[in-house]
Amino acid sequence: MRDGYDVLVVGAGPAGLAAAAAAAGHGARVGLIDAQAGAGGQVWRREVARTGPALARRGIAAALGHPGVAWLPQTQVVGAEAGALLVEDPQGGRWLGYRALVLAAGARELLLPFPGWTLPGVTGAGGLQALAKQGWPLRGCRVVIAGSGPLLLAAAVTARRHGAELLGVYEQAGGEHLRRFARGLWRWPGKAAQAAWMRARLAGVPYRCGSVVRRASGEARVQAVEVDGPHGLQRIACDLLAVGYGLLPNVELARLLGCALRQSGAHPCVDTDSRQRTSVEGIYAAGELCGIGGRDSARLEGAIAGHAAAGDDAGAARLQRPRRHARRFAERLDRHFALDPRVRALAEADTVICRCEDVPLSALDGHADARSARLATRCGMGACQGRICGGALAELGRFPRDGSRPPLFPARLSTLAADPVSFRDP
Amino acid sequence: MSAPVRLQINGHGVEVPPGTSVAAAIARLGLPFRRSVQGHWRAPLCGIGVCFECRVRIDGLAQQRACMLPVREGMQVWTDA
Repeated sequence: MRDGYDVLVVGAGPAGLAAAAAAAGHGARVGLIDAQAGAGGQVWRREVARTGPALARRGIAAALGHPGVAWLPQTQVVGAEAGALLVEDPQGGRWLGYRALVLAAGARELLLPFPGWTLPGVTGAGGLQALAKQGWPLRGCRVVIAGSGPLLLAAAVTARRHGAELLGVYEQAGGEHLRRFARGLWRWPGKAAQAAWMRARLAGVPYRCGSVVRRASGEARVQAVEVDGPHGLQRIACDLLAVGYGLLPNVELARLLGCALRQSGAHPCVDTDSRQRTSVEGIYAAGELCGIGGRDSARLEGAIAGHAAAGDDAGAARLQRPRRHARRFAERLDRHFALDPRVRALAEADTVICRCEDVPLSALDGHADARSARLATRCGMGACQGRICGGALAELGRFPRDGSRPPLFPARLSTLAADPVSFRDP
Repeated sequence: MSAPVRLQINGHGVEVPPGTSVAAAIARLGLPFRRSVQGHWRAPLCGIGVCFECRVRIDGLAQQRACMLPVREGMQVWTDA
């Protein structure tokens, strides 16, 4: 059998790495794939010329260093059929067979449209962090960070380390919500320590609550932003604006495979039982895919899925309690960083919503669903396949993104023609 | 520190540390990335391969996400400049 695995894991972030290590620990032959060149996912993304934190190094080494794990980087899932995934890597397309599949595709940022958000120099908050870690030049660059959630602080710390001049961090949640959130942090000492560590590294940087970036302006790129805060409107000249409103799960592959989804706020996530089993036999899901929960619940759910996929129910049972504790932290995050209605009303009639096809908000008026909008305006039909505008439109209360269909990402014709016979069991 | 990687972007030679993304190398030269279907300038947004705003031509292959690819010695990159 060529390119067939007992357990195939999609996504090499904390969840996928833990799943691969747990399954391989039971003697399973594991394939671990990720579209990125390096393992670690977003939260453990390696920085150029810098070693990662100890936890990340251990998590990556436990999976990639295991002889039972085949690590397949730069491998993107394009399609699926029962028992196999069609993938594309720099060499071309091929099918990978599996007996059990663990989905750990993680999350992307929720990026919401506002006037000027398409200007060069406007990025996601996590987006800026990812770009900086790969060597994006920030030295001497005046940076405004905005949006919502703890990711803003993490992005600010990375930006400062890379020499950025941080003009401020603008959090949309109100001060009272944040104080209540901080008071409950003692139940998660690791998180409390992390928060204190980040605040110490951001000494002298203004952190403003109840503040929303309403507009970015500039000629060929962003030159200024307008912030609406508790004390009125403020114009800030800057070179870069990084703004993100939290995360949303990457459910595209799970949906294509027919796994049942459930709604978490405006966005779907994968429904699983306590053993991370999805509604489809032999397919498991773990981490952010099952609802945004952060690194700790991702690691635990990944390990649970890895044990369960390799047939060790006792191993999966042992991790239930810590998993529930980690998930409770996520519920608090959700509650205290809930989006202010102002944030959903920033886009104006001529604000581009679908960046791939340059479709403005006004063109979407009167369309009740994604299909109708797509047919009339091309909204969501570009290269990102609606990953950005679909999440935004769901959050704005317009209409949800509809079903997944192959190819899940733009692919080469030769990939689509890859012979599916090559993976089949002899 | 390991030796820098040399590549060409729109015909300009540039040296960057190994592990740098093509997107970051383009930004170091201050070059634009791409124009939207209506001709507006765009640059990386998500940084993780989701938004496709960083697409460039690399070694003859069009529509490559610059944020997903680490630089390689001798790489030929063309943006929509």
